[in-house]
Amino acid sequence: LKNNCEYQQIDPQALPTPTPAPPPHHGNDRDKREEPKRPRRKWQVFPGKNRFYCDGRIMVARQSGVLPLTLGLIVITSGLFFIFDCPFLVKHLTSCIPVIGGGLFVFVVITLLQTSLTDPGILPRATPDEAADIEKQIDNTGNASYRPPPRTKEVLINQQVVKLKYCFSCKMFRPPRTSHCSLCDNCVERFDHHCPWVGNCVGKRNYRFFYTFIVSLSFLTAFIFGCVTTHLALSTKNTPGSNMELVICFFSVWSILGLSGFHTYLVASNLTTNEDIKGSWSGKSGEGVTNPYSHKNIFINCCSVLCAPMPPSLIDRRGFLPTDESVQTAGAGIGLAAKSEINVVGGSSQPASGLQESPSPVPVPPHSHQNSSSV
Amino acid sequence: MHSVQHHGQQPRRPDLPHCCQPLSPFHNLQELRHSASLANKVFIQRDYSEGTTCRFQTKFPSELESRIERTLFEDTVKTLNNYYAEAEKIGGQSYLEGCLACSTAYLIFLCMETRYEKVLKKIAKYIQEQNEKIYAPRGLLITDPIERGMRVIEISIYEDRGSSDSSSGSSSSS
Repeated sequence: LKNNCEYQQIDPQALPTPTPAPPPHHGNDRDKREEPKRPRRKWQVFPGKNRFYCDGRIMVARQSGVLPLTLGLIVITSGLFFIFDCPFLVKHLTSCIPVIGGGLFVFVVITLLQTSLTDPGILPRATPDEAADIEKQIDNTGNASYRPPPRTKEVLINQQVVKLKYCFSCKMFRPPRTSHCSLCDNCVERFDHHCPWVGNCVGKRNYRFFYTFIVSLSFLTAFIFGCVTTHLALSTKNTPGSNMELVICFFSVWSILGLSGFHTYLVASNLTTNEDIKGSWSGKSGEGVTNPYSHKNIFINCCSVLCAPMPPSLIDRRGFLPTDESVQTAGAGIGLAAKSEINVVGGSSQPASGLQESPSPVPVPPHSHQNSSSV
Repeated sequence: MHSVQHHGQQPRRPDLPHCCQPLSPFHNLQELRHSASLANKVFIQRDYSEGTTCRFQTKFPSELESRIERTLFEDTVKTLNNYYAEAEKIGGQSYLEGCLACSTAYLIFLCMETRYEKVLKKIAKYIQEQNEKIYAPRGLLITDPIERGMRVIEISIYEDRGSSDSSSGSSSSS
C-alpha cells in the first residue's frame, strides 16, 4: 500500500530532531547496530542487582544471604529426624509420623524456594520519556529561584494523606507502599523487608509464599521438637543425632513461632514490616492517622493479603528487547524530551534499560508481553 | 495522492491529515509509523484515591484536546479501570482459589494461567481494538500499561510529517 508515497521511510541515520549530548546509553545502541546479534531478552539488561538462571525463568537477589544455610539447616534437621527418630517412633507409636513429617518437609522446602526464586514485585524503572515528563511537572510546580525541596507528592488515599517519594534510582514517584531495596537496587511493590534467610526481598508477589513458609516451618520445627522429645523420653539410649536435633529445634522454634505470630498480626491488620517498623500508621506523627489500606475487618484483610489474585510480574524478564529500528525511533522521543533541557540521566548509570524498555510505537502482536511464568 | 482501495477500507475523511486517513486497520498502524513522526507523549498517571488497586486518572489531558473527543477518551480509561478492577477483585471465588493454591504449595501457579493473566490478555486485545478503530485514525497510539510497569497509560501523539505546523513539545501541566 503506497498511499502516502510522498513520505520516505524513517531513516534511522537521519533523525529530524537533533539529540543534544548523547546520553550514555547510546553507546549500547551502536554496539547493537554494528554486530547483528540474535534478539536478547530483557533480563540480560536488567538494571537491578539480581541474577537470572534458566534463561530468565528463575531470579535471585545478588546477595543470596544465608539461603544455603537456611536450606541446609532444614534438610539436615529433617534428615536426622528421619534417620534417627522415625524408626523408633514408627515401632512404638504410629507410622503416621514420617508421613506427616515428610509432608511438612516437602511443603516447607517448596514454599522456601518459591519465596526465594520469585519476583517479589519489582517495578521496572521509568522510561526516559516518563522520567522527563515527571521532571517537567516537578519543575513547573516548584520554585525556580531556590533549590527545590526533596521531591514528594501528596495523595489522598481513602481520605488519608499519604506522601509519595521520588525515587532517584528509578526516576519515578514510588507508588504507595513501594520501597526501594538498596541491596537489590529495585523498587519493590508493597515492600515488606529484605529477608537474608530467604535471600530475596519479600514484597507483594511473594508475601504469601513467605507467610506460608514461616507458618509451615513453625509446624515442622514444633513437630520435630515434639517427636524428638518423645523419643528421648521413651527411649533409654541417647543418639547424637537426636541431641543435635533437640538443640537446633529448641533455638529455632521460639524465634520462628514468634515471627509467625508477628506476621499473622501484620496480615490481619494489612500492614507491612516496613510500615510497622517506621510507625507510619501508629499515630506517632500526628493524631487521626490510620492505616488507609486496612479493610477494618480481620477476615477481609487476611483474604486480601493472602488470597488476592496473583499479580503478574511487571519486569517481563523473558520478553525480547525491541529491534534496532524501534530503538532508534524511541531516540526521537528522547530528543524531544531532552529539548526541554532537563537532565534526564542521573548519576547512576542505567545501561540501556530505559532506552530499550520503550517498545516500538506500533503495537506489536498482543502477546508481546510474555507472561510466561508467574514465578 | 491516489488512495488505494482495499477491502474494508473506510471512506476518506477530509478533516484528518493526509497520513491519518482511515485505511484498513492493519495497514493504518503500519503506515502511521512510517509516515508520521512522533511529536509528543502524554502519560496518564495512576489514581491512588482508592488504595493501591490499579486505577488510572480519567482527567482529560490538554494535549489531546484537539485530537480526540473527551467522551471517547474517558470511555477508554473507564473500561480499562473496570478490567483491572475485575482482575483484582477479592471475593468468595478468589478466597477459594487462594486456599486451593496454598494447599498445593502454590505450585499450581506454575501450571495454570492465573485469573489476572487472563484479564491482561483481554485488556491487550481491547487496547489493540481501540487503537485500530479510534486512536490510530486520529494519529494517536495507546501503549498497554503492562509495558510500562502498570504505572502509566502512555499515549503517543503522531504528527503528519508533511504538515507545516507540527506542534511538538507543548509545555503544559496535565
